[in-house]
Formats: sequence, structure tokens, C-alpha cells
Amino acid sequence: MSAPAAAKDALTAPVRTGPDYFLWLCGAASVGAIFVLGWIFFEIFQEAIPALKEFGAKFLTNATWQPNRDRFGVLPFLVGTAATSLIALLIALPPGLAIAIFLNEDFLPKPARQFIRFVVELLAAIPSVVYGLWGIFVVIPLIQQLGSWCAERFPNVPLLAGPAYGNSLLTASVVLALMILPTITAISRSSLVAVPRTLREGSYALGATRWEAIFGVILPTAAPGIVAATILALGRAMGETMAVAMLIGNSPRLSWSLFSPSGTLASLLANQFGEASGLQVSALMYAALVLVALTLAVNFAGEAVLRYTEKRTAGIR
Amino acid sequence: MDNPITHSPDFFEDNSPESTKMLGRSLFDRALTALCVGLSFLALVPLASILYLVVKNGLPLLDWSVFTQLPPAAGMNGGGFGNAVIGTLTMVGLALLMAAPPAVLAAVYICEYDPKGKLSNAVRFAAKLLTGVPSIICGVFAFAAVVLATGKFSAFAGAVALAVLMLPTILLTSEQALLGVQRAYREASYGLGATRFQTISRVVLPDAAPAIMTGIMLAVARAAGETAPLVFTALFSQFWMSSLMEPTASLSVLIYNFSTMPFEHQVKMAWTASLVLVLLVTATNVTAQLVFSKRHA
Amino acid sequence: MIATPPPMTEKTQSAPAAPQAEDILDVPQLPGRPDIITVRDFNFFYGKKQALEDITLDIPERQVTAFIGPSGCGKTTLLRNFNRMNELIDGVSHTGDIKLAGRSIWDPSVEVIALRRLVGMVFQKSNPFAKSIYENVVYSLRIAGTRQRAVLDETVERSLRGAALWDEVKDRLHESALGLSGGQMQRLCIARAIANRPKVLLMDEPCSALDPIATMRIEELINDLKKEFTIVIVTHNMQQATRCSDFCGFFYLGNLVEFDRTKQIFTKPREKRTEDYVTGRFG
Repeated sequence: MSAPAAAKDALTAPVRTGPDYFLWLCGAASVGAIFVLGWIFFEIFQEAIPALKEFGAKFLTNATWQPNRDRFGVLPFLVGTAATSLIALLIALPPGLAIAIFLNEDFLPKPARQFIRFVVELLAAIPSVVYGLWGIFVVIPLIQQLGSWCAERFPNVPLLAGPAYGNSLLTASVVLALMILPTITAISRSSLVAVPRTLREGSYALGATRWEAIFGVILPTAAPGIVAATILALGRAMGETMAVAMLIGNSPRLSWSLFSPSGTLASLLANQFGEASGLQVSALMYAALVLVALTLAVNFAGEAVLRYTEKRTAGIR
Repeated sequence: MDNPITHSPDFFEDNSPESTKMLGRSLFDRALTALCVGLSFLALVPLASILYLVVKNGLPLLDWSVFTQLPPAAGMNGGGFGNAVIGTLTMVGLALLMAAPPAVLAAVYICEYDPKGKLSNAVRFAAKLLTGVPSIICGVFAFAAVVLATGKFSAFAGAVALAVLMLPTILLTSEQALLGVQRAYREASYGLGATRFQTISRVVLPDAAPAIMTGIMLAVARAAGETAPLVFTALFSQFWMSSLMEPTASLSVLIYNFSTMPFEHQVKMAWTASLVLVLLVTATNVTAQLVFSKRHA
Repeated sequence: MIATPPPMTEKTQSAPAAPQAEDILDVPQLPGRPDIITVRDFNFFYGKKQALEDITLDIPERQVTAFIGPSGCGKTTLLRNFNRMNELIDGVSHTGDIKLAGRSIWDPSVEVIALRRLVGMVFQKSNPFAKSIYENVVYSLRIAGTRQRAVLDETVERSLRGAALWDEVKDRLHESALGLSGGQMQRLCIARAIANRPKVLLMDEPCSALDPIATMRIEELINDLKKEFTIVIVTHNMQQATRCSDFCGFFYLGNLVEFDRTKQIFTKPREKRTEDYVTGRFG
């Protein structure tokens, strides 16, 4: 048989392939992943329906949480969630940003920078429970002392009013700050790294000092990324449960002092689900829905800002 | 033509008002640098404190008996947390079995089969959303889906909660791993007449395997340290695990429970358990990053 | 036997010249040289952008045909159509036809996999799998389902000999292919491509990433390989085209300007643009 003729036959010889079952398997897995997300919402929503029916939107504005009387309102916990997260953010932002800048510039030699990076990664890997345990024995006494001191010196400031318990809003916020520090550092750092070299070099070429370059050019360019880091860290702080549950005192009463016990949505869930029954379960599910909605909204915003940042810096090269 | 300026001896002397500003600038510069360095090392202090205390308080009670004995009753001395170690390992292992295969397969789908399709975009979006869900919500979900449905707290419920936690992370890291496989590999395989399945199974997955394993191990390390998903799904137990459908002890829940007890021995146990947990998590993280991150040249 | 006159290219104004005496003497006396790949009025688009315009040519069997031309002129695009590799890219389309041995490669009865086993490819940058040398060569056999050890062993030796690599690696067949030098890797890729005995071997600038000595060895190899395979090679290097190829197609901005015997293209090109290119007036 001549070569072309042989080739012609070979072209149409049946190839033993058949349908790609693997494709179906992978496709099913993909559908499954989406299904899981939907199922989570569905399950929680379904269990929350009795409470939704019972309380409606007043759930969010009511400040009493009394399981034995079937009266449920999450306002204290909403306030607690917002307060702890924001205070934690305030505390963690300067060091977090400083470390990010520090890791990105060359103030100190490389080994020192690698050491700091290692330290930050280690901080991120420590389980929440261990933070809580440490907080009980180290942070609580400190805050308690601080609280007593403040109550003495500033007796008329409601924010600092005593009596100063160790388990308090401030304690939880301080430990929370430590826990979100790695998040701020990591994301800020990648925004700083993404600033094109040409911008930095252009600044130096005009005679700027290092800090002038940082404040004048690099930080402004990386600003959206740093904003994203802040938002995402906020999301993380809002969802953080164990350390907060162990340190915040778990009080369902709304209080305005930094030094009195408080509660967050997450700590509420951690504390009460184990022994809840009846309408309380449903109320807790409702609270869970609120928490999910909050964290998803915050994370969504953070991701959107991140994507905006990427688009912006991609243009400058 | 002679330019008089270049001949002036004062050419390089800068007596302009700018030069005094320059001094001020460099002082400011140095002050900021010091502040920056100071704040950085500030992060060291709490970490050092945590590690120091975990080791100092946890080491005394650390011996083999903690792995072989059951937790002491309230107020009693002695005992260990062997059941908690087994509980953690079992639930994390079960969660891994439930979460890893679908996650990797889904990553294969969105990377190899239909990178730009609607399903793939939906999966990526869902995975990103899921990573933002707090771990306690995974516990709430497992509570609703398993505990309420079966009427009991169980290791299985705990594993389900952990699996939901691990799924999106493994999916996203696996996708990254698959994207890291060079296009040239795939082209070579297709050019030789391979089907898509053959290309994926013989070339792409083997090349991406180390990176996928790294992602999986990092997810395992995180899950091992989680408490919130287990607190009201697997609850706790003072006894050895006898079935998957019973309340089960875990290291993290043990630490949570014991750390707030008014008994000194229990608190010491909590520290020891923390030490074990931190060692476990660190070892897994280090293994993931060192062993599996070796890419071939 | 007279030489078949070169095919009518788009821009040829006059009728093809009558075969000259030198043409007849230059051609090896092949009884009816068949053309194994025929391209007719082929247009190719990446989305809306047209990359190839009205290409018509024939690739002669068991000869080396080179595609030359400046960067971006479409020669690699055309090459990658011969084994339908462009289908891996989204949004591509074409009009016109390409036939392999008389059958359109887009015919519904044709399996892409079968096509790629008949038309092998060697890429610009060598891309051996992260497997052993042995496994690289037998890859195409394994995916076709061949499992007998004897057949695989025999294929490995035949292919590696055919790629002039056997002596260098015969003692380390089961070591990783990534430990080879650049030139060796490319020869391994050639061995891998010829393992399944394709009819046509496509080579996309196979030497561009190699040093001169490795390049020379591969060019010698090409001269050997054409005894068994039809070779189509894309090259930037005009000297390489003169050294290695029998036929040459000059492409410019997606058009086939001229297609003729290499000797003709480089000594008496018919088109001005061809002459400008081969004399180096633009590149």
C-alpha cells in the first residue's frame, strides 16, 4: 500500500476513546461545590424560619437575650462584634502596615527580614484556642490593671467605666488584633510588592529620601490594596470565635465600657448552641444568618477592592 | 568657552536653604525608620510570650502517658488526653477524605476542561465565598444538617464541619497548582495524540501533585487547630472513641474546656495539650512547605 | 520524468515557466512524487483577526519543506493547523481546506487523535515530560494502549537511534529526562515524536533555543529523517533553510508569497518581496 493510502485509512481508523467519564466526574464535583454553598444557606435559613417569623427585623434592634423567656434580640452582640473588630483593626493596622513596609524595603539585611516574616507566619498558624488560653493568663491581668487604673483616673468617662473585669471587650479586642495582624501584613505586603519598580526608581531619581518615596509614591499607589487588606482583616475579625469566647466575658447585656464583659455574634453561637433547645435554636440560627451576611458582605467588598487594585497597577508597567 | 561656574571652588558646597531642610529630612527619615523597626519587633513580643508560656507550662506534664490516658475528672489529678489526640486525628482524617477528592476534581474541571465557562466561574465564586465563611458557621451548618437530623452529637458531624471548612481552600490551592503546570507540557501531550483525560492523568496531575499536596497539608494543619466547628457538633467525651456516631473528644475542644476550669491541674493539662497541638500544626505546616514544595528544575 | 511545476500561488501573474534543463537535472528521480498535504484557499482567524490569507500549497512527500518569513507572518500558525493544534485555542476559525493524503483533516469521520498520531510535532522549546527518558519515548504508545514490554523496548531503541540519541542515553534510559542537555532534550522530543511512526513531522523552529553545535546535529538528523518522514520545518534562520530544506515557502503578513524549490527561492526568486527577504533587505 502506498504511503498516502495507508495514511488515509489510518485517519479514519476507529480510535478507542468513548465518552470522557472523567469529565462527568469532575463536572459533578464542581456542581457539588456550588451545591454545598447553597446547602449551607438553606440549612441555616430553614432552621431560622421560626425565629424569623417570630421576631422579624426587630431581632436586630432588640437588646434583650433571655432564653428562658424566649425573648431574643442580638443588638448587644452586633455592637460587640462591631466594637471588637474595629478596635482590633485600630490596634493592628499600624504595626501590620509597618511590618509590611519593613519587609518590602531594605532597612535591615535579608536574614532579619526573613526572620520577621517567619515570625508573622508563625503567628498566623497558632490555633485560636491557644490564643485564648494565653489571653486568659497574660492579657486579662494586664487589662484588669489598666481598667482599674482608668476607672480611678477617669471615673466619669463611660467608655472607661469600671468595675474592671478581666474578661472584657478590650481584652478580646487586643488578642483579636494580634490574630488579624498577619492578614493585614500579608495583603498589604503584596500590594506594596505590586507597585512597579519604575515608580519607585523614578521617585529616587528625583532626589527623594526613602520615606519620601514611600509616603509620596508607594503608599498612595498601594493604598487600594491596603484598604482591601483592612476590609478583609475586618471580615476575619468578625468571624473569629474561640479566643473571643474565652476572653470577652459572654454577657448578653449591652454595655458601653471597654472594660466590662460583652459578647459577639460568634461567641454567642459558640456558647449557647450546645445546650439550646426549642426557639433558642432557631434564634441562634437567625443570629448565624446575620453573622454570615455580615462577613460575606465585608469579604465581598474586600475582594472587589482587591480586584480593582490589580486592574489599576496592571496598567502601569 | 569657559563656564565660570565650574571653576568656582564653591560649586559643590551647598549653602542653600535646602541643605538645612535636607538635614531635617534625614532626621525625620531615621525617626520613621526607627518607629517602623520598633513596631515590627513589637509583633515579636506577644509571639515570644505565647511560645514561651506554651512550652514552659506545657512541658512539665508532657510524657507518653498523656497519649495513653483519658482526661481526669474535674478536680482529679493525673490522666492524659489520648482520646482527644485520636479524636482530632480521626475527624481531620475523615474530613480530608470527604473534602479533598471533590475539591481536586472540581479544580481539574475549572482548570482543564472549561476554564472560561459559566460553571467554572460559578465554582470559583462559590469557593471564594466559602473561604470567607467563619469557621463557626461550618459548625452551625453541621449542627443543622447532621446533629439535628441524626439527633446526636457525633464525630461524623464534626468531620462534616471540618470538611466544609477545608473544601474551598483545597479547591483554590489545587487550581493554583494546576495553573502552574506549563502549557508546553499539555501541548506536547496533545501533539502526541493523547485525549484530554490522558493528558490530565498522565502529565498534568503528576506535575501538579506536589503543589496540590502542599495545599492539602496546609488545609489539614488549619483544620487540626480549629475548635469552633467542633464545639457543638462533636462536643466532647471523657472516654475513648468507640464509634463515629458519638460525641468525641478533640485536642482543641479539650483546651477550650479545661482552660476555663477552676482546677490547676486541668489548666496545666490545657497548656500541655496546647503544646501538642502547636507542635502538630507546625510540623504539618513545615512538612507541607518544605517537603512538597520541591519543584523540579 | 519531469518535475512537477510549483503550484500556482496567489500573486503569480504569468503562467508557470516551462521546466528548464537545470530543474530536471536537480530533481531526484522519484516516480510520481506525491504530495502528502494539500492546502487549498485556506484562511485562518484568531477571533476577528485574520492570520492567514488564501493559502494554497502542496507539501511534497518525504522531502523537507521549510516555511520562512519574518516574525508574525503566519508560518507557525499554518504549521499548527496541520495537526489541528490551534483548536486548543479559544475562538479560532478557518475557511478553506487542508487535506492529508487526500482526506480533509476536518472531515467529520476523522478523529483528531488519529490525525495527531499521523502528524507529529516538535516544538520550539523542548518540552520533555518530567518522566524517565524511556517513558517519554513510549508515551505515545502507552496512550494508544500498547503495553507489551517487547514492543515498547524495541520502539525506544528504534526511536532513539533515529534521533541520534541512543548511544548517549542507552545506559540511563530510566533516569529523568530533565537531566539532559538542551540539545539532547530536543533530540529526545524528536525521538518521542517519531516513536509512533507518523507520516509527517512538523518542526516549529526546533533549533532556535540551541547552541550552534546542537543545531548542527539536529540539522544532520533532519537530513536523515527525511528518508522516512515528510518534514515541514518553520525557521527564522535562512541559512538553515538552505542547508536543510528541499522546498521552501516564503510567507509575509499572512500571505504565501512564493513556494518553490529552495534552490530556486534563494537564487532566482520570482517575487520581489522574496528577493528582498532572502537578500536581507528586511527581516
